[in-house]
Amino acid sequence: MTTYESVTGRRTEIQRSAEDERAALDRLAARRLRVALVLTTAMLVVYFTFILLIAFDKSLLGEMITDGLSLGILLGVIVVLSTWVLTWIYVAWANRRYEPAARELRERAQ
Amino acid sequence: MTPFAAIGDPSAIAITFFCLFIAVALGISYWASRRTKTTEQFYAAGHQISGFQNGMALAGDYMSAASFLGIAGLVALYGFDGLIYSIGFLVGWPIVLFLIAEPLRNLGKYTFADVVAYRLKQTPVRMAAAVGTLSVVIFYLIAQMVGAGVLITLMFDIDYALAVALVGTVMLILILAGGMLATTWVQIVKATLLLGGALALALWVLSYFSWNPLELFDSAATDNGEAVLAPGDQVVTGSWDAVSLGLALMFGTAGLPHILMRFYTVPDTKAARSSVNWATFFIGGFYLLTFVLGFGAMALVGKGTITGVDKGGNMAAPLLAQEVGGEPFLGFIAAVAFATILAVVAGLALSGAAALSHDLWVNVVRHGDAPEREQLRVARIATVLMGVTAIVLGIVLEGQNVAYMVGLAFAIAASANFPALLMAIFWRRFTTWGAVASILVGAVSALVLIYISPTIQEDVLGKDDSLFPLKNPALISMPLAFVTGIVVSLLTRDAKAEEKFYEAERRIILGATPKAVPAAAAVAHRRPTG
Repeated sequence: MTTYESVTGRRTEIQRSAEDERAALDRLAARRLRVALVLTTAMLVVYFTFILLIAFDKSLLGEMITDGLSLGILLGVIVVLSTWVLTWIYVAWANRRYEPAARELRERAQ
Repeated sequence: MTPFAAIGDPSAIAITFFCLFIAVALGISYWASRRTKTTEQFYAAGHQISGFQNGMALAGDYMSAASFLGIAGLVALYGFDGLIYSIGFLVGWPIVLFLIAEPLRNLGKYTFADVVAYRLKQTPVRMAAAVGTLSVVIFYLIAQMVGAGVLITLMFDIDYALAVALVGTVMLILILAGGMLATTWVQIVKATLLLGGALALALWVLSYFSWNPLELFDSAATDNGEAVLAPGDQVVTGSWDAVSLGLALMFGTAGLPHILMRFYTVPDTKAARSSVNWATFFIGGFYLLTFVLGFGAMALVGKGTITGVDKGGNMAAPLLAQEVGGEPFLGFIAAVAFATILAVVAGLALSGAAALSHDLWVNVVRHGDAPEREQLRVARIATVLMGVTAIVLGIVLEGQNVAYMVGLAFAIAASANFPALLMAIFWRRFTTWGAVASILVGAVSALVLIYISPTIQEDVLGKDDSLFPLKNPALISMPLAFVTGIVVSLLTRDAKAEEKFYEAERRIILGATPKAVPAAAAVAHRRPTG
């Protein structure tokens, strides 16, 4: 009797902690995916705005803003800067939010 | 004596820089050879590279002679159109960071096929992935080797075949002796030289224009017409061409085997993230400099002189160096160009060798169970095979138009490798046959479409028209690979793969160290209680 109870009792505990871990991991994975998808969409919008203008409105990109600076060149520089900003946002988010959460789960698993 | 006689008439300074770099590369090989004793060290530098170092090495692995000499040349001749490449080559990096880098680091071992095959049946998936890897690597290698031959012949006035053999031999010594560690450090040295050289050259150019880039662009536009600051029809002819090329460049980056392989050299996901952050910073900075270098060459050297030396404009940056800094600077830039090629071909050959030995030999032929010594020996044999193939193809294809092969490599990477990798990481229902079909359809459709496109039919074979209108196939081949992967996965079932999805997700977040949940608990989890 005692043996049976202790075995089932331990089993339930492992089972519960495994379920907790699974739920926490699923949540964290979903959170990372959400951030990743938002930032990916932002990059796609910035880049394909640029590409679609090259494809379908070349003359607009040829508009001169001031001597030596066309809208095309300005947008090109903006695309480059946006890759820096977007990667920086992701790394800042991951280091501040994601990494501590992952570390906590890792410690609990060990 | 014309002012540009030094091109093809190497000065003592140029030869000194060149020999100095080869000496440094060999020194690194010797140093790394004593730290390369295991397969893990050979392929992944023992996971001991820091995030910053890997960021530099990624930049060194990625920025090929095509981006340094090719883009500067395109901008010098056609202005804005060259910048379409600069920007396209950069925008894939954030995608690599957001979607690929961390799962790759924690799920794989040496190749990206490790990640695609993680939940699926090893043999079919690895065979398909090897097709995807090797086709990208071979086309990219051919473009680099032929470019190297032409470049070194132009700069140092030596025989073409000798130049190709020299690049191939130094690369082979480097990899065979020092594996990934030596490759990494050559890439770091190269990135430092290339970024430093490009920055110095750009500042030197700007000093002629009161440190104002707009004054430089204005001067180029005054002499060559304002159209050089707007998109023309040199890089993309039709509208959809631009979109297709844009897709290939953006998503191709996330499917290049030699780039993906570098993520295994860092100790953890945090370092993987920081390495992409640094790589994006360095590569973006470099491509901003190409704006100044290209328009600088247009304004200071002039289109006529540039095309006089090389019709494709590839000598624009070296000529600009000579114009502002004289022979010593030309010699330095020539050595930088050589370093650039060496670092890229080493990364490519190493990833090709990993596909042959780790994916095909160890995991398909030996079913994942080969002794350590055998793995290392096969890795070195595969390296020799890749090196010899690169040298032979480089020599055989002398004088052929291979410029399209970089675009083709990116198209195959975007169509064969990227969709399968993405679905393997994020889609629970992805199946073995879905992966195989997606990779093969992506690779074959990219190859067939480029064969019937204007790129081959008109530019290479000289015909009047072509069956397929787009120069780059990615607009069709990449969606086709996604659709194939999805449809075939939905038609087949891979219960084991679905079951393993949680384990993969757990490993992506926690890494490989903590033990998995006890099997008993996992079973209990599925069984209704009571």
